[in-house]
Amino acid sequence: MNAIPCLRVEPGRVVLTGSWTLATMLPHLADLQNRLAVPLPAGEHWDLSGLTRLDSAAAVLLWRTWGNAWPEALEIGELHRQVLGRAADLPREMPAAVKHAFHPLESVGRLLLKAAHNLRGVIALFGQVLLDLAYLFRHPADFPRKEFAANVYKAGAQALPVSALVGFLIGVTISYLSALQLKSFGADLFIVNILGIAIIRELGPVLVAVLVAGRSGSAMTAQIGVMRVTEEIDALSTMGISRSIRVVLPKILGLTAAMPLLVLWISAVALLGGMLAAMLQLDLSLNYFIENLPRAVPVANLFIGLGKGLCFGLVIAVVACHFGLRVKPNTESLSANTTSAVVTAITMVILVDAVFAIFTRQIGVPQL
Amino acid sequence: MNESPVIELSGVCTRFGSQTIHCDLDLQVAAGQIVGLLGGSGSGKTTLLREMLGLLRPSAGRVRLFGVDLDDPDLLIQRTVRRRLGMLFQHGALFSALSVFDNIAFPLRELRCLDEDWIRRLVHLKLAMVELETAHGKLMPAELSGGMVKRVALARALALEPELLLLDEPTAGLDPDRSQNFVELVGSLQQALGLTVLMVTHDLNTLAGLATHVAVLAEQRIIAFGPKDQVMTVDHPFVTGFFGADRRKLL
Repeated sequence: MNAIPCLRVEPGRVVLTGSWTLATMLPHLADLQNRLAVPLPAGEHWDLSGLTRLDSAAAVLLWRTWGNAWPEALEIGELHRQVLGRAADLPREMPAAVKHAFHPLESVGRLLLKAAHNLRGVIALFGQVLLDLAYLFRHPADFPRKEFAANVYKAGAQALPVSALVGFLIGVTISYLSALQLKSFGADLFIVNILGIAIIRELGPVLVAVLVAGRSGSAMTAQIGVMRVTEEIDALSTMGISRSIRVVLPKILGLTAAMPLLVLWISAVALLGGMLAAMLQLDLSLNYFIENLPRAVPVANLFIGLGKGLCFGLVIAVVACHFGLRVKPNTESLSANTTSAVVTAITMVILVDAVFAIFTRQIGVPQL
Repeated sequence: MNESPVIELSGVCTRFGSQTIHCDLDLQVAAGQIVGLLGGSGSGKTTLLREMLGLLRPSAGRVRLFGVDLDDPDLLIQRTVRRRLGMLFQHGALFSALSVFDNIAFPLRELRCLDEDWIRRLVHLKLAMVELETAHGKLMPAELSGGMVKRVALARALALEPELLLLDEPTAGLDPDRSQNFVELVGSLQQALGLTVLMVTHDLNTLAGLATHVAVLAEQRIIAFGPKDQVMTVDHPFVTGFFGADRRKLL
């Protein structure tokens, strides 16, 4: 059954024997193709009656050899003739795959249109959330309490260890590097101002935002995306349950609520790291640091930090949910949208941060 | 080499945690047989199929395809064995990022031996075999209806001209006309290529039209295996319950 495919050219006829299948042809493919490619005199007699097996791959090969026509003389079993017949029935002209030529201007335009489309989607989603909130204000019983709590837990509580680790290390690093510089000026005491302002006002919120965008934002996109792929979202709608109230809103509210708390947490841990590093590097006692912190850093900075956290949380969640809802039911789209969600969320966070920096430039800066 | 059965399961046990699915299960399928694997819901038919494919390793016992142990550490041998079988998954398992054409062309391209024209012809041949049109090749799997997904998946399973075809619920979700065509198609392929087919099915018509042999999976093992008409007469609550009044129709 596994006899190798054999091609014998006898005077006036070509004899094929053995099993002509893809599997048996593969080891001898180059050789067979070479021998078939040799132009044979027209009117050749083909003897295929000795074939044990013939599959469609072999049939296509033979049909191509014959120049898309039946040879003038052919001896073949009825079963194998059917296989060849199938190959013969194919249209001669195979439509080639359409290839799109790359055009720089066109791709830039496409990119812009996509960005505009996404912006519109995000705004529409935000509007939907506001409408849902108005609805929930009138029907407080419908508020998705469990989902909200679950999201606060997942995005907030479960992120505590990793954000503490990152915050602590960043605090140590900044404190250590600043201390090296400050020491050379003899301005050791300003470490409190530098660490306080930098961490509370800027680094805490941005660090948390980047962490959360990677951690919770991607998870939200993937979850909503998979729910779309598996039609769970559609199942919800058929039960008369609003997908935006049950799926989207709890995520957005949950992350918006959890973010300021995370900012507070990471700022505290980063300050602790900074304090320890300052103690070791500059012999600054913890007591001195804590006593001077409120003087060096006006409390407005803390509110700015928390406000940033709130906005970043909102931005990350809205962007993540938007991309999650855009997932088409295939794996490629899922991965593409998850990537876009994280990248867009981080970019948006930095953009919003810049806006914050401009509008709060006169608030909370200590007057010396 | 030809004497060894195409599928050989010996002493297969499967446990998920404390739950036993199969216990000391034996099955031998010889070349050229079309075997229908029957069993109640949750009796582990799909699990058994996955074990035959090497996707799941049984807790105990051995699975051999074409006389090759699936636990063989040699990657080349593993690959050769897998190229000799085609699998039709219950839900198609088409690559959603690839078009219909590319889905079918994928295993052919992976051989790295065939030229693009040959592949194109072969893909269109397979599409024609499952009664799809050339234009359907451009569609993405998400744009197909359930029945079309099944036919594309079958075309992909047939792409490498397998000697062994494993079908998981091949006709579920097809209209009776289509499933009849499907039965005829697999039947004619079997005749032309000497395929061995193992299918999990609940559809009595498919079973009646296609299967030469029937294996019944119940009580964690194969309780009956043999030619269709013999198994039909086995006196076992599952067999009598399954075939019920339709027993006559199948004979």
